Amino acid sequence: MQVRKELVVKNRTGLHARPAAMFVQIANKFQSDIMIEKEDQKVNGKSIMGILMLAAEKGSSITIIADGEDAEKAVEELSEILLHDID
Amino acid sequence: MPKKPQKSKQIQLKGIPAAPGIAIGRAYVYGTEDIIPVERTIDREEIPDEVQRFKDSLKKTKKEILAIEKKISSEMGVEHGRIFSAHLLVLEDSVLVHEVVARLKKKRKNVEIVFTEVLNKYINVLSEARDEYLRDRISDITDVGKRILKNLSGIEQRGLADIDDKSIVIAYDLSPSDTAMMHKGRVLGFVTDIGGRTSHTAIMAKSLEIPAVVGLESVTDVVKSGDQIILDGLHGVVIVNPTKRFLEKYRREKKKYEHLEHELNELRSLPSETPDGKKIVVAGNIELPEDVASVISHGAEGIGLYRTEYFYMNRQDVPSEEEQFNAYKSVAQRIKPNSVIVRSLDLGGDKFLSALDVPKEMNPFLGWRAIRFCLARTDIFKAQLRAILRASAFGNLKLMYPMISGIAELRQANEILEEVKRDLRKEGIPFNDQIPVGAMIEVPSAAITSHILAKEADFFSIGTNDLIQYSLAVDRVNEKIAYLYEPAHPAVLSLVKMVIDSAHRENIPVGLCGEMAGDVALTMILMGLGLDEFSTSPIAVPEIKKIIRSVRFTEARNIAEKAMSFTTGKEVMRYAKSRLRELVPDIAAELAS
Repeated sequence: MQVRKELVVKNRTGLHARPAAMFVQIANKFQSDIMIEKEDQKVNGKSIMGILMLAAEKGSSITIIADGEDAEKAVEELSEILLHDID
Repeated sequence: MPKKPQKSKQIQLKGIPAAPGIAIGRAYVYGTEDIIPVERTIDREEIPDEVQRFKDSLKKTKKEILAIEKKISSEMGVEHGRIFSAHLLVLEDSVLVHEVVARLKKKRKNVEIVFTEVLNKYINVLSEARDEYLRDRISDITDVGKRILKNLSGIEQRGLADIDDKSIVIAYDLSPSDTAMMHKGRVLGFVTDIGGRTSHTAIMAKSLEIPAVVGLESVTDVVKSGDQIILDGLHGVVIVNPTKRFLEKYRREKKKYEHLEHELNELRSLPSETPDGKKIVVAGNIELPEDVASVISHGAEGIGLYRTEYFYMNRQDVPSEEEQFNAYKSVAQRIKPNSVIVRSLDLGGDKFLSALDVPKEMNPFLGWRAIRFCLARTDIFKAQLRAILRASAFGNLKLMYPMISGIAELRQANEILEEVKRDLRKEGIPFNDQIPVGAMIEVPSAAITSHILAKEADFFSIGTNDLIQYSLAVDRVNEKIAYLYEPAHPAVLSLVKMVIDSAHRENIPVGLCGEMAGDVALTMILMGLGLDEFSTSPIAVPEIKKIIRSVRFTEARNIAEKAMSFTTGKEVMRYAKSRLRELVPDIAAELAS
């Protein structure tokens, strides 16, 4: 099953450092393949290097794409990180 | 590369001030001694060995980083240790590892070369990033990269731990692992070529209270080990081989700075006592173990509120008993003989738990939070109580439950505490059996029944932030009704007085740990009502102490009595400020109106 969700990064520091690290840690808990798309770039959501490459700042639109059995839950949990300030 | 200057010539460089203070001393140029790998072509049969060598070095690097993480966490607090979890993620990045292995198979070059190429690709992209914070992450990646290369080469590098004399460290960059291994007493200051305000070097220097200037660009080209250096961490200035005139000027500046620090210190070390001899404790509030330094430097007598929520937030697992024990123990040891009031988990409301599925609520401040949550999740509660009790053997710890709404909750929490104590006794683990257990008074029902609670609690601490919002029915985060949030409202003052009187009738001490404790306009009223302890953010401690040292207790009692006679909060504030202007003009001068 593939689930896609488009959203705008809301948390203050964007998808950097701490939020990026959290994103990767959570992504790795899921069976599903997880990709993040920003404009024409697409990176593996389980890779910290990949996510840093995206340089997704606050306000940028991205799409989370999960493919696998737990895709729905994965997208739900991962979007939480981008929508809230965690600190 | 710029030419090395004549020894006698003074050079002045301007960088980014990263941590305050002035240092004068000899330079120690810390060579990052880049390992430059030699390129070698490999045969098809060698590929598996080469891949294995790479994986072994990753494993070894992981072990090293975990060791550093542990060291930093125990010495400087878990928050700083967590920096290294990003390093671990780089090591475990499957995309990166696959890319190296694939490239190795394709290019048939030794792994050092292939790995360097892949890493450089990422570094190049990051160095173009618009965002300073993101660019600063390059140092994380290069730090890990260097470590991996070092482990591939088998070379042991000399670290900052080996510095013998007191020196000012000059480096291109200092990685967190460099600063972690350094002896604090031997390093007078840091100077680096790269780095910004948010770089780890800056964060570490601030936390170690060592003056530092970063982002000097070419300082390592200009300075040799042994050069005399002036480091002005206040203005971000570094002077190499200063002339006599400059040296004298900065020696004076250094004295001036130290004198200013000293003056503040004077007040910090003076007792917190009214001119007519009533002792009132001024303690600090903390969130993280490293806040202890600030508590001590501002002259607070102990910690009146150690918030423990931060352990549970921003992470994906529930913190272990061991991790909590280490933190509580280190705080207890550093503050002893003064006391530390540890507040058990106060989650919910505006603070949510990352690791657990806590359902969203319509009315979170009135919902499943704080002690209510702990009484339901006894697994989490017991682990914390065990950690606190175990740490109580190492210092003067007190335990406080948040959001107690009546005696039944206090009893229920104490029953769980007794169970935990029984377990510890059975296991032969030492703890303070007499650990004082108090209730935080922040729910109006607790304030109103404080005469009942006082019979079974060892102390009270009034949490005014919530007490005000509950008793005035004002959501403190809603801007539209912010004007209704009045600490000096007669209802709030009556509740505070009621709690203090109930406590004193049962001979237990009562503190106040909300923001109200740091509001200088209200200090005299609270003193006069008989408050035994103020607990506030460390920065406010000297001011509160100054008021206490300036106003007689008999005077404060008159002020409190008069304040209680007004009918609105505005009148109370107007009166309180005018009396402060009259009695402690220096402090009153800082008030807006």
